[in-house]
Amino acid sequence: MSTIFAKTATLGWGPFWEVVSAPRVVAAFRLTFGASAVAASINTVFGLLVAWVLVRYSFPGRKIVDALVDMPFALPTAVAGIALTAVYAPSGWIGAPLSKWGIQAAFAPLGVVIALTFIGLPFVVRTLQPVLESTEPDMEEAALTLGATRWQTLRRVVFPPLIPALLTGFALSFARAVGEYGSVAFISGNMPLKTEIAPLLIMTKLEQYDYAGATAIAVVMLVISFSILLTINLLQAWSRRWTGGK
Amino acid sequence: MDGGKIMAGSATGLARKGALGPSRSLTEPRWVQWIAIGVALAFLSLFLVVPLVSVFVNAFAKGIAVFAKAIVDPMALSAIKLTFLAALISVPANLVFGLAAAWAITRFRFPGRNFLITLIDLPFSVSPVISGMVFVLMFGAQGWFGPWLSDHGIKILFAVPGIVLATIFVTFPFVAREVIPLLQSQGTDEEEAAFVLGAGGWQMFWRVTLPNIKWGLLYGVILCNARAMGEFGAVSVVSGHIRGRTNTIPLHVEILYNEYNFAAAFAVASLLACLALVTLAAKSWVEWRYRNEN
Repeated sequence: MSTIFAKTATLGWGPFWEVVSAPRVVAAFRLTFGASAVAASINTVFGLLVAWVLVRYSFPGRKIVDALVDMPFALPTAVAGIALTAVYAPSGWIGAPLSKWGIQAAFAPLGVVIALTFIGLPFVVRTLQPVLESTEPDMEEAALTLGATRWQTLRRVVFPPLIPALLTGFALSFARAVGEYGSVAFISGNMPLKTEIAPLLIMTKLEQYDYAGATAIAVVMLVISFSILLTINLLQAWSRRWTGGK
Repeated sequence: MDGGKIMAGSATGLARKGALGPSRSLTEPRWVQWIAIGVALAFLSLFLVVPLVSVFVNAFAKGIAVFAKAIVDPMALSAIKLTFLAALISVPANLVFGLAAAWAITRFRFPGRNFLITLIDLPFSVSPVISGMVFVLMFGAQGWFGPWLSDHGIKILFAVPGIVLATIFVTFPFVAREVIPLLQSQGTDEEEAAFVLGAGGWQMFWRVTLPNIKWGLLYGVILCNARAMGEFGAVSVVSGHIRGRTNTIPLHVEILYNEYNFAAAFAVASLLACLALVTLAAKSWVEWRYRNEN
């Protein structure tokens, strides 16, 4: 890893800034981090719902659904990429109805969000599940006996202790999405300034033997990823204090 | 049911049976549950089930003959061979490295221990493209070791060793991450007892430590193998895409797809999809065995 910083150092501050502030690079950063944030938000909302349904309710096929949640961990990203492209392309099973509504999914920023949602899907569910499983019904019973409606209990008693886990899940899913390459490379169409993500730009520069340019982009990504990692660790320390305080 | 507050004493018992009405119970009304389940399943279908099914449908879209031809194509076979080779080297290597790292972290205190813990997770938190790039910077023609390697006629980049190294790098955390918490919670009591009773180092490891961590170890190996066979980004950077020589299965899928040979691309991809399904099944089985034993 030190090679990356060493290589960037050979570039010097001026050329470094020139590389990372080029319009094409800035557009790629904006798409990478923007789409990752949207995908992580989608995963936070639906991850909470999926985890809740899996832990609290019983329905036929629950165990199979539970196992299926890990699919994005097990399915190679290249396969996920071509499969999602086939489904969400204008002629695909879901893409065709969408395009009738005038929505283009694949080969547009929405496609990037779809791919990043897919690969980040397990993180929120798997971070929340153990927390939900370990919550005792005492508090909920107490709230009930004190006259709270179910909605009040959910909002005031059940939900607040889940916030640290939700934030951790969001951060994990976001960090994974920022670095993703395989699935997005297929579904995005890779149009410069429009649907090109930062890891793909690194790839392009490497193929052109522009190693210094590739490392400059990588350094920016690494610095941001490390700050996210630091945030995750702080969040986990915070959530330990929260749950350990009982 | 306005009397909720007054009946507080008996509310919990009644609440479970739903005697206090729909809004006064410990669970949501049935219709809310069904809507929640429906929305959750719809979300998972859109993002997981439909794409997975589409892999198999597209693979057989042009009939069994086209499917079989794509699989037994010499280029596909050499890709399959290379993928198995990479997994066959990197999984055992990471089994050993992961165990050693987990052992060092949980059993010894040494300077830089926390740094090592952070370092183990590094391949997870870094883009696979950047992971691959590290090897280009080290072993490439202009890289740190590049000139020395080319003087000695050793080819790592754009050759099989590079693919194996990149695979080992990105799959390193799996075993260590699963084993560290197990070794931590297990503590050293049993090992100390074995030691006091006269067991040697290896005996202690095989008879005491290993049985306690075997499910975690197996779990890590399953995930490690899935990633080793499916890795795309890092391998793509170091492979050079030389057909029949440095192409793994995922890279072969990419080439076929970019040539608009969709049926063949999905046929080869369906092999990896089967691998994913087997991985999920094996993973669930290990989880189930682990729960039964504890």
